[in-house]
Amino acid sequence: MLEVKGLRKVYRSGSREVEALRDLTFTVDNGDMVCLVGPSGCGKTTLLRCISGLLDPTGGDVRVNGKAVDGPPPGMAVVFQEYGRSLFPWMSVRDNVELPLKQKKVARSRRRELVDEALDAVGLTGTESAYPWQLSGGMQQRVAIARAVAYEPQTLLMDEPFAAVDAQTRADLEDLVRSLWKRLNVTILFVTHDIDESVYLGQRVVMLSSSPTVVQDELIIDLPAERDQLHTRADPRFVELRTRVYEQIQLAKKAAR
Amino acid sequence: MTSVRRGSPVRLGSPALLGAAGLAGLLLVIEMLPRLGLVDDRYLPPTSRIAAALADETGNPQFWASLGDTLVAWALGLAIAVGAGVLAGIVIGSIPVLRNLTASTVEFLRPIPSVALIPLAVLLYGTDIGSTLMLVCYAAFWQVFVQVLYGVADVDPVAYETARSFRFSAWARIRHVLWPTALPYVFTGVRLAASVALVLAITAELVIGAPGLGKEIAVAQASEAVPTMYALIVVTGILGVLINLLARTGERRLLAWHQSVRGEVAT
Repeated sequence: MLEVKGLRKVYRSGSREVEALRDLTFTVDNGDMVCLVGPSGCGKTTLLRCISGLLDPTGGDVRVNGKAVDGPPPGMAVVFQEYGRSLFPWMSVRDNVELPLKQKKVARSRRRELVDEALDAVGLTGTESAYPWQLSGGMQQRVAIARAVAYEPQTLLMDEPFAAVDAQTRADLEDLVRSLWKRLNVTILFVTHDIDESVYLGQRVVMLSSSPTVVQDELIIDLPAERDQLHTRADPRFVELRTRVYEQIQLAKKAAR
Repeated sequence: MTSVRRGSPVRLGSPALLGAAGLAGLLLVIEMLPRLGLVDDRYLPPTSRIAAALADETGNPQFWASLGDTLVAWALGLAIAVGAGVLAGIVIGSIPVLRNLTASTVEFLRPIPSVALIPLAVLLYGTDIGSTLMLVCYAAFWQVFVQVLYGVADVDPVAYETARSFRFSAWARIRHVLWPTALPYVFTGVRLAASVALVLAITAELVIGAPGLGKEIAVAQASEAVPTMYALIVVTGILGVLINLLARTGERRLLAWHQSVRGEVAT
């Protein structure tokens, strides 16, 4: 279980203080798929960096399975928005996916298995020897996802992973994430600024206010587990839910003014 | 723009052909100037006599020994400078406190011309190869060190955070993120250092009289063997070209993945 309690983050530079996160509390159950959505500039990335242990919060705490986070915790993988910069251009696709496993001291034969399975799961079999920069943007993000999946994390954090790919690729990748989530029994926290995406992907949506950020509202997405781009998005319930999220985000923006 | 294809495989505008023609032209001018009496051939002998002197030198064991001395001083000095520069650059570059602590000192030491240290070198090592080494190291070190500092500063924060999020050890982060990022800068530094090292090696030999090609040039000049002097100068020039060529080839081989080499734009 992932618990965020009273999380606060203030950036200090000289005498200037910027309160990015004011007071955030929410939990993500094991095996759940939660989307965090909020207006742009609401500190989503700050929050994710605090959860992943890359950034020390000013107050409050983050716990993963009861253990306080004070550095990148084991069993957690992060997929960044900037796939082009997150992948190492000096390594082939295979080496990129394999390197974290080497650091985790996974045996060679098992590494090979995991890399092959992960690349197969994201539909990239056959690109092992290519360099990331030889692939399209969508394929690069698939490599980054494969790298995270091969790592066998219990918790997967995704920071606006599809913000920089085109709409069609984005739809494919959304379905990929849904299917990986169902297959791997992994807990996913998915950060996005796209309301439709949050409703389509999530079992639950946590809406954030504008900065300084608090939790604005939470919503259970009671859509059927089997979702597809065409029918789910046309479902009246989907439209209803996305309207609810949309209203809350508008409210959050208004409150900030 | 339309281009007209001609039958000949080498077109008139080919850079390699033009380059060769330019060189041939220079050699021809040097041949003609003294022959036409425009300059005194005691100071500038014609190309053919320089070439003859060069041919003579290749039969002279003393020449090969000097060439060896120069190359040893160059290679050893460069190796020490690269090793020290890379190590110091990575350590100082990745620790902000050290970096700020040393910044002004570096800015002060770096512009000191190596040749200004010649008296000190003579004091410490006399006319030994040690003098040459010291000057070569000093000059080459800064080239590498400063480039490595730039390289370390160029590490992509996203790549670095990726490594941290996958719990890479400090050593693994240096090995797999910092070092590959800094590598192109290291190569630039080595390439610059290689040329500077040659200049300093020849200078030290010339001025101090440490064994090597520089000393031979001084000896040839003193004994008025002017064509030999020119021949030796030509050899140092050829060395410079070969060193640069070697460095560039190495760079291209090892950095095939790098933007500046791969010539493709990632989208």
